[in-house]
Amino acid sequence: MSTGKRSNEPFLWLLFSAGGVVAAMLLPIHILLFGLAFPLGLLPSPTYETLVGLAHTLIGRLYLLVLCILPLFHWAHRFRYTLYDGLQIKHLDELVNTFCYGGAILGTVVAAYFIWQIP
Amino acid sequence: MADKIAIEVARYTPDRDTEPRMETFEVPLRKEWVVLDALNYIKDRIDGSLSFRWSCRMGVCGSCGMMVNDEPKLTCATFLTDYAPGPVRVEPLKNFPVMRDLIVEITDFLTKLSKVKPWIIRKEEKPVTEGEYLQSPEELETFKQFSMCINCLLCYAACPVYGLDPLFAGPAALALAQRYNLDSRDQGSDERLDILSQHDGIWGCTFVGECTEVCPKHVDPAGAIQQYKLTGTQEWIKSFLMPFGGK
Amino acid sequence: MPTFTAYPAQGYRARVSTYWWLGRRAYLKFILREISSVFVAWFVLVTVVQIRGLAHGPAAYARIQHYLQNPLMIGLNLLSFFFVVFHAITWFNLAPKAMAIRMGGKRVPGIMISGPNYIAWIVVSAAVAWLLLRG
Repeated sequence: MSTGKRSNEPFLWLLFSAGGVVAAMLLPIHILLFGLAFPLGLLPSPTYETLVGLAHTLIGRLYLLVLCILPLFHWAHRFRYTLYDGLQIKHLDELVNTFCYGGAILGTVVAAYFIWQIP
Repeated sequence: MADKIAIEVARYTPDRDTEPRMETFEVPLRKEWVVLDALNYIKDRIDGSLSFRWSCRMGVCGSCGMMVNDEPKLTCATFLTDYAPGPVRVEPLKNFPVMRDLIVEITDFLTKLSKVKPWIIRKEEKPVTEGEYLQSPEELETFKQFSMCINCLLCYAACPVYGLDPLFAGPAALALAQRYNLDSRDQGSDERLDILSQHDGIWGCTFVGECTEVCPKHVDPAGAIQQYKLTGTQEWIKSFLMPFGGK
Repeated sequence: MPTFTAYPAQGYRARVSTYWWLGRRAYLKFILREISSVFVAWFVLVTVVQIRGLAHGPAAYARIQHYLQNPLMIGLNLLSFFFVVFHAITWFNLAPKAMAIRMGGKRVPGIMISGPNYIAWIVVSAAVAWLLLRG
């Protein structure tokens, strides 16, 4: 009886969920260290050499890719619904989707480029 | 304890009023009275034109849902003394069009409910001579909670998504669909999947969770929807890995 | 074509205020939880800028570190920290709702699903900190 085709929301929800897990597990410690403790001198900052040593390995690059990409898609999905419900602009959904998911894709490309450029 | 309490009731007559207005009545404050008793007192003794729905007066029919001091409540289960010294504000259930006074138009919900096919779907019916469909207590337990729904629509009044988007299927319809999906006698999950996985089906839900908070029968529609998001996603992945897989 | 119906035309319908989310404490908590995603995106941006610094050499990286010491940045990152922790806690607490795991016929209590998540959170955070602080 229903003629609508099955939506592709599950894929976006999967990305949202994965991003939510990564954001929950990894971001707090990253913000605590890189955003607060290191700049304020509360803990010894790792040197440039240490960080490159960690980041330039294959697993290091993969870690950074996961850290940057998945939370961005978590943001995209969640913020899209916040715009629908908060600003009640569901009728602008094409614009909202482009901004959110497009922004996440852009962030992905930029992040991947810089991660690739680590010496 | 004072012997009277003020009840502020929303009044709306479709042909005369452009919007609802509040009217205050004084009713006796009796220890065992609920808001429904107060409304019936008003209708019997003060203003017979006050219109509202009620039936069983014991919390099983789902007819008497209204906003009491901005909270969705069953008026047959909400005691006046809990609001003393008052006043108690009684308004029609939120997020539904108001037909008259405290009566709301629920056709939207009824349409959505029938669309999710809340009945046992069998690919092949067992003939009566072969006996009943057997179900163990464990199988019953998987869906029993979702079967307790009395269609009172308090969850719709609490759901901000339904308030903002009238196309959203809503908590009760989705919970009842899940009740049948999980029933071991049912074979209709695929049929319901097509309807539920539309954009206004489960995917409209952002897990605010208020529906579960206000449900008088502890159905936990929010849980039902999140569980179905997981199921829906698993089905979606399967449909990619096995595009020619049989139903 | 939408699958579900919109309201029928008759009846009085109140307009939903833009500030509907201020009406109930639960709604406010919900919106704050959703807003946390903005701070998630913010710190990913900070991280990407840091990675760019790493990619462009020690001087570039040192410049980024200097920007991070700006009081406005510290303030913003402090706020982000609280929001991202709020996200983590609400996420782990809601996880059991999405999974109806049954053992021996009865549903396992929620803490058995959120508990391991919290433990993993602590273990992973400690591992990251150790990797960065051991020098």
